[in-house]
Amino acid sequence: MSSTSLWYATRATGLVSLILFTATMVLGITTTTRSRSRNWPGFAQQELHRRVSMMAVVFLALHVLTSVLDTYVHIGWAAVVVPFASSYGRFWVGVGAIALDLMIAVLVTSLLRSRMRPGTWRAVHWLAYLSWPVALAHTFGMGTDAGEHWVVALGVACVAAVLTALVWRLSVASRQRAARLAHASVGVVPPTHLVLTAPNRRSHRA
Amino acid sequence: MPNATDTMPAARTYGLLGYPADFATHVGQVGPLPLPARADRDWGGALLAALEASGLTGRGGAGFPAAIKAAVARGKGRGGTIVVNAMEGEPASDKDALLMIRAPHLVLDGAQLLAAVSGARSVVVCVPEGRDHVADAAARAVAERTAARWAPVVETVVRPPDRFVAGEESALVGWIEGGQSLPAFRPDKSVPLRIGRKGALVHNAETLAHVAVIARSGPEAFRSRGLPEDPGTSLVTVSGAVSQPGVVEVDRGTPLIDIVSRATPLGSPRALLVGGYGGAWVAPEHFSTPYASLSLRAIGATAGVGVVVVLGQEACGISETARLAHYLAGQSAGQCGPCVYGLPAIADDLARLAAGRVDPGLPARLDRRLSEVGGRGACRHPDGAVNVVRSALRVFVADVHVHSRGTPCACWDRPTQLRFPAPTVQVAS
Amino acid sequence: MTRILIDPVACDAYGYCAELLPEAITVDEWGYPIVDGEPLPAELVAAARRAARDCPRRAISVQERRAGA
Repeated sequence: MSSTSLWYATRATGLVSLILFTATMVLGITTTTRSRSRNWPGFAQQELHRRVSMMAVVFLALHVLTSVLDTYVHIGWAAVVVPFASSYGRFWVGVGAIALDLMIAVLVTSLLRSRMRPGTWRAVHWLAYLSWPVALAHTFGMGTDAGEHWVVALGVACVAAVLTALVWRLSVASRQRAARLAHASVGVVPPTHLVLTAPNRRSHRA
Repeated sequence: MPNATDTMPAARTYGLLGYPADFATHVGQVGPLPLPARADRDWGGALLAALEASGLTGRGGAGFPAAIKAAVARGKGRGGTIVVNAMEGEPASDKDALLMIRAPHLVLDGAQLLAAVSGARSVVVCVPEGRDHVADAAARAVAERTAARWAPVVETVVRPPDRFVAGEESALVGWIEGGQSLPAFRPDKSVPLRIGRKGALVHNAETLAHVAVIARSGPEAFRSRGLPEDPGTSLVTVSGAVSQPGVVEVDRGTPLIDIVSRATPLGSPRALLVGGYGGAWVAPEHFSTPYASLSLRAIGATAGVGVVVVLGQEACGISETARLAHYLAGQSAGQCGPCVYGLPAIADDLARLAAGRVDPGLPARLDRRLSEVGGRGACRHPDGAVNVVRSALRVFVADVHVHSRGTPCACWDRPTQLRFPAPTVQVAS
Repeated sequence: MTRILIDPVACDAYGYCAELLPEAITVDEWGYPIVDGEPLPAELVAAARRAARDCPRRAISVQERRAGA
């Protein structure tokens, strides 16, 4: 493969994986408990989240592979996972390596989910919230296509999608909490000597 | 300070109450701890056989045979812990507090004996925070025993939080291990509890006191009281509409009304609450039911924790049960959805019933909730709440009809005859 | 004999199990699963295993017990 083709492939797969990871984030953020819709069951969303994330990983792998194989600039294999070890574009390639490292942690723990404590899996999975913006920074920091209008628009769209999902999630969560408290509170004014305690919040084992 | 209305029993009669509280008298009267020079497997096996022959069952609510529980713990190897459960989360129960104040050496002797059987290396006495008079008595007893070298295995007193479910055995063990006071999901109860990598054997304080007496007097002494199918004695706290509330020691199989009469009820009781706040109401036609597991089960009740609360004629069972339901809802550990949401919903329905604000869907809704909430928690807490509410709807059926037609309970504004701990949070209306 | 077992402490009422296995699992008014405890018919076991795999809290499991145990 010529160096130019590799270069185009790196840029294309990079952008595609950013889109796919954005979609993964949105699907994950908008997961709610007590899914009740007949047309869009909760397990289907979870399944889609998993499959889109796998596709994103594939494109990310291609992005990494093509960038290393391209001999026009030197990015060694080590620089893929060791931040700031590349001679070319040291800083922004390093940022990409950080995003990749975080994503590898999320990926590995998800593959081995049944073998670890749920709390551990969750804590690592939350690193996705760090990995994604770092990946976004790498995309625009590298600068290769960042000047193109459509690429900027793409970046804005990705950010808007994730922010919208977050806002929606937070508003749903507070509505659900209010509804549950209403379920669990007394509907009749009791006399003062009736001993009442507020229902306990759901506690979780560590 | 709890009262005991029992007098010193005759010298040869089996009993827990009447043993001396102070160490010197205890040693003088009952003799040394019946341990051999080296506790070997034959001795351990003999003690377990004696416990099995006696038919002793746990006095903490579950009623599980003590010998089997101890044998399982023994099988789990040495180095474990004997946990003395004096948590007494039931607000209407005083028996464990009484034992720890008046006969702590019996309880601790029982713990030492089971420690020798199972090879345990530690005895941990659990008294809730806030009950300092009980904890001080326990600590004093432990100090006396340590000074006199009467404790082969080290004894300590710890103070878990004062919550209803904190005395549940997996919650207790979980707290000791350093975590939180939360019941564990145990689909297979035959798997023993652990603290770290070693086993933990949890027993109610009264059960351990019985172990200490049986080890000295033999299984036949225990069987000399009570029934063949439910032998021995139980400590029962009688409270409510009585003039002499307190703890009595009764033969298993004593008719409920005879137990109650020892506390001198104020007039003829309207109903009895048996087994604790998660127990069951008993109607007058069943007042002569023997206080024994099988007989009580036949009328929808259990012996549970030794508690009998007398409901006076002027009180209303529905109001009191509404208060019970609110209390139990507030005491949920907060782990399981059906309990966290179901118990307050049931309490709410009962409050509406007592206040006469009944919507047409209430009877069916309450019935559905009662059948759905039971059995779906990690522990038996929601089951107890469901039981007590179900029994109330059965026993106070006449009141249910009256309230269903919109008449509020006349007793709603009167003080409760039940005991509740000080409220922690008031729900804003 | 195969049964469904739900860990009520872990369960957070996602509801996926009831979606995947409506023949054996219903949901109460607060979204928590109700299982009747009866043995699972053979044709539902695959769906039950999928539900166990897909539960975000790993609260549901499929228990095998030899007959007579």
